[in-house]
Amino acid sequence: MTYVIAESCVDIKDKACVEECPVDCIYEGARMLYIHPDECVDCGACEPVCPVESIYHEDDLPGEFSEYTQINADFFTDLGSPGGAAKIGMTENDPAAVKGLESRAEAT
Amino acid sequence: MHQYCVAIVGSGPSGFFAAASLLKAADASEQIEVVVDMLEMLPTPWGLVRSGVAPDHPKIKSVSQQFEKTAADPRFRFFGNITVGEHIEAGELAERYDAVIYAVGAQSDRLLNIPGEQLPGSVAAVDFVGWYNAHPHFEQMSPDLSGARAVVVGNGNVAVDVARMLVTRPDALALTDIADHALESLRPCSVEEVLLIGRRGPLQSAFTTLELRELGELEGVDVVVDPAQLEGISDDDAAAAGKIAKQNMKVLRDYASRAARPGHRRIILRFFTSPIEIKGDGKVESIVLGRNEVVSDDSGRMMAKDTGSREEMPAHLVVRSVGYRGVPTPGLPFDETGGTIPNTAGRVAGSRNQYVVGWIKRGPTGVIGTNKKDSQDTVDTLLNDLAGTRDSELADPSGDHADELAEWLASRRPKLVSAAQWRAIDRFEREAGEPHGRPRVKVTSLSELLRIGTADVSPAQVRRGSSR
Repeated sequence: MTYVIAESCVDIKDKACVEECPVDCIYEGARMLYIHPDECVDCGACEPVCPVESIYHEDDLPGEFSEYTQINADFFTDLGSPGGAAKIGMTENDPAAVKGLESRAEAT
Repeated sequence: MHQYCVAIVGSGPSGFFAAASLLKAADASEQIEVVVDMLEMLPTPWGLVRSGVAPDHPKIKSVSQQFEKTAADPRFRFFGNITVGEHIEAGELAERYDAVIYAVGAQSDRLLNIPGEQLPGSVAAVDFVGWYNAHPHFEQMSPDLSGARAVVVGNGNVAVDVARMLVTRPDALALTDIADHALESLRPCSVEEVLLIGRRGPLQSAFTTLELRELGELEGVDVVVDPAQLEGISDDDAAAAGKIAKQNMKVLRDYASRAARPGHRRIILRFFTSPIEIKGDGKVESIVLGRNEVVSDDSGRMMAKDTGSREEMPAHLVVRSVGYRGVPTPGLPFDETGGTIPNTAGRVAGSRNQYVVGWIKRGPTGVIGTNKKDSQDTVDTLLNDLAGTRDSELADPSGDHADELAEWLASRRPKLVSAAQWRAIDRFEREAGEPHGRPRVKVTSLSELLRIGTADVSPAQVRRGSSR
């Protein structure tokens, strides 16, 4: 069980959630943030502070975002479990499903 | 180069997050060095992570691993079993340290202010939670759990925790770090029904969806919601009340559609209900409930309004869970209304070098992680203040000063508990749990904690650096 970041984070990356996460398990890709499913302790601090309401517990993900549980997990395929995002910093490797999304920055 | 000696009073999440922020700031700057002394009232650290988080939530408790990382830093020292206002004064700390951060939490509770509230069998969730989590101050509480109905007043996550603990199968609890005395009291499973009441409606409840959904997954327990209580709340209403209210409504509608299963214990969620009076001859025997409607006040806030309708039902245990409340620390200002220490951006009102973090700063709201940002904000204020302080006003930065501080603390409190002694307690508890598949068996009494802590450790190991 874990919290999951969904599509509305793409090209936003506000990072208010990063400041709240007590275990530093929210990692940064080039286009969005991802929650490490094994490092998350389910405390729920991140959910209410997201300004674009992009964070859900995996059991509460709306149907249109259901693939984001897997997308969050996929981000860590190569990274493994570093045990803290601060020392990793920003990475360039978004999962393919996120890389291919239309730019939201241009749309707004 | 400036070296700051900072004391943190309290070792719960906000205290540890403040310590981590200070050490991180020192790592990032070539201008400052920081040493942190954490003073804790109990022989054991971690505050509500140890004595508040429910025993069946081990994943959230694993946040203590973060605290252990901080505690392993050679610039950090732990001193347990020492209380500000009893063994040392706030003013003395402020003189001896460059800055003092109070992370003392909210150690009391709000009253219902209704007749009968003081009867035996009417208890505060703060005490009840401390009791089932083996907090030494509540060892003697022994609430009577032999009655068939318990009423839990409040609609937050603590109220949900209490309700869940009352009806969880004892063999499941036996695999947790629940206090042994609580496990024994819960074993007979006498409580058949928990009535969880909230004065306002489903959309105003404070519990999170995760906690609400967990109730429905309890083995042998039905969660009962009267569909009539959800009538008239549209999807649009739920969406307008916010994302979490919307998610909660979905779960509540599921509960309202479920059929009761014979032989199951029950958690009944009842909204629009306030306790009016607790009755009984020498102990709680019944509770009078009043029915509310929810109306919008001038500012648009949804408020409970008494309809005058009353109902009395038998009950043997009433747990009030309507909010934690801070208590004053002698020598520091206190806001009686909010139960907090008045402050500006974390600096205590009227003080040069005293600060607050966590619940004593902002009141008892938010989850564990909420305190991380809150502590960071206070540490930002503190470092900014210290940057403007002349070196001559700072405590003596030499290595001797740290030793002198440790000696001063030990002179005031000979039964001071060191980090090494806490680790002896920790090891003892974990080893006691191992044969039973439990994360630990908590030691409940203060004297026993001290006996175990001091059994194989000498006081000399209190000194910085040599304690690891």
